[in-house]
Amino acid sequence: MDLPVVSEETAPKKSGCSAGSCGSSDDQLGHLADDIRQKVQDHPCYSEEAHHYFARMHVAVAPACNIQCHYCNRKYDCANESRPGVVSELMTPAQAVKKTLAVAATIPQMTVLGIAGPGDPLANPERTFATFRELAVKAPDIKLCVSTNGLSLPQHVDELAKHNIDHVTITINCIDPDVGAQIYPWIFWNNTRIHGREAAAILIEQQQKGLEMLVARGILVKVNSVLIPGVNDQHLKEVSKVVKAKGAFLHNVMPLIAEAEHGTFYGVMGQRSPSPAELKALQDSCEGDMNMMRHCRQCRADAVGLLGEDRGAEFTLDKIEQMDIDYEKAMEFRAEVRAGIQAELDAKRAAAHNVVPIANAPAGRPVLMAVAAKGPLINVHFGHAREFMVYEASHSGARFVGHRKAESYCAGDETCGDGESVLDKTIQALEGCEAVLCSKIGYEPWGTLEAAGIQPNGEHAMEPIEDAVMAVWREMLAAGKLDAPLQAKKRA
Amino acid sequence: MALEIVESCVNCFACQPLCPNDAIFEAKPHFLIDADKCTECLGDYADAQCASICPIEGAIVDELNVALNPPGSLTGIPPQRWATAQAEIRARGSATGGETL
Repeated sequence: MDLPVVSEETAPKKSGCSAGSCGSSDDQLGHLADDIRQKVQDHPCYSEEAHHYFARMHVAVAPACNIQCHYCNRKYDCANESRPGVVSELMTPAQAVKKTLAVAATIPQMTVLGIAGPGDPLANPERTFATFRELAVKAPDIKLCVSTNGLSLPQHVDELAKHNIDHVTITINCIDPDVGAQIYPWIFWNNTRIHGREAAAILIEQQQKGLEMLVARGILVKVNSVLIPGVNDQHLKEVSKVVKAKGAFLHNVMPLIAEAEHGTFYGVMGQRSPSPAELKALQDSCEGDMNMMRHCRQCRADAVGLLGEDRGAEFTLDKIEQMDIDYEKAMEFRAEVRAGIQAELDAKRAAAHNVVPIANAPAGRPVLMAVAAKGPLINVHFGHAREFMVYEASHSGARFVGHRKAESYCAGDETCGDGESVLDKTIQALEGCEAVLCSKIGYEPWGTLEAAGIQPNGEHAMEPIEDAVMAVWREMLAAGKLDAPLQAKKRA
Repeated sequence: MALEIVESCVNCFACQPLCPNDAIFEAKPHFLIDADKCTECLGDYADAQCASICPIEGAIVDELNVALNPPGSLTGIPPQRWATAQAEIRARGSATGGETL
């Protein structure tokens, strides 16, 4: 198979605005050049819109790692956990290819295959590239992407370009070695384990070099950062500016996940995670400089399906063995399904152009609203929601700002629960939201939510999310609820 | 002289390609070192390569059964703090054990 040669000429063109302030927040991809938009419009991890329609999967072929991060514990394996680095079943490249083809035949919306661990894909180059090589031939319609800590990225950039991998995610938590020394206890570099500040300095240098080399080859780079309160929270604004200036096109700031049960340094040492409000404040402050991603679900290294739903259990190795698949037909079917989705999205975009913004709108403060939905419509019962999407409604429209999990990260064994009811946890998770929109809601949670200052609303079932959010905001505005600034609410 | 991989190994493959003597091999339930081939990297590297990349404290020991990466040396978690955290988790577990969410 001929792989297109990626050269300087095909590097992404700069969009019209170079001031860096054009990250139009209600249309995340609005300011991107057409060629980049083409590359990301069906990639659920790169496009907020796409993640409602298209699915992805990760194959866990890369167990080895060349660094230690304080938020990671290499011993972990739990089927009930959903967070990066966790997997249940390590696979050989041949098994990974088989699984990918089986999933792609069963879930025709699947557009992307990523390798994200459980270690670092580029610390396992043979296993990672063997998987990519075979899939490029057997499923050329599936996009390949990789996520890396960046330490050995420079030495593998040419190989990545050769395999037509046009999406790479680098986790960059800092550009200052003094900050890095508080995040990375060691790296393995030039046959030596190196500790502390020296280790962080080498890692940062390789990450930045790798980022520049990828951009020079026209490969799209997303930067992931873990927000660690008191460690890199202020620093991440600088990180965002620098990676944007070097050509990364999307920045994904994720909250630290740290529980003592996970056995990580941060978990055991009592480092706290950021609140949703802290995360949003940082994302908002970076937004002026950088296109921010807010729909990340921090998925497992063996996740399967749409973001936020994991269908991995349907595709264990023994189940795949039983499947009878016609690969050619599956690829044709995928093409049909994708064309259908694209047509739907095009129609939606065309309709959006006809919406007239509220003229001479009276002032009213922005309001956060939680939405129970799978896909673009409000279609989930409050009690069934495992996560809520959060929108900020204001006179300039509805803007997606993130999601909140409705259950704790682990609902498995007895080490997880701490005696609080699920509803109490949900109310905590929805902190800052003034309304929750869902298809239906029971009498009891209704009262509890209201008492906590969150207005339940089931009147917009099966309506498009943005329309419903704006309708509720306008009602609140008309009722005079948005004149005064939001008072800090007491906990119910 | 030879190093040994013990049961806390998590089978991450990191050490295997680094061995200058090709002494490390995949096995069940965990990777093993061929004692006849292992030189502890003497003459090849300043530090034993397997122990220099291994992420698990205590997983690689020498002939005296001494861990090359003792507790706390890789994670930075003081062993005392680790023990306290484990005790707290156990206490929480028994307090809420049996409860269904």
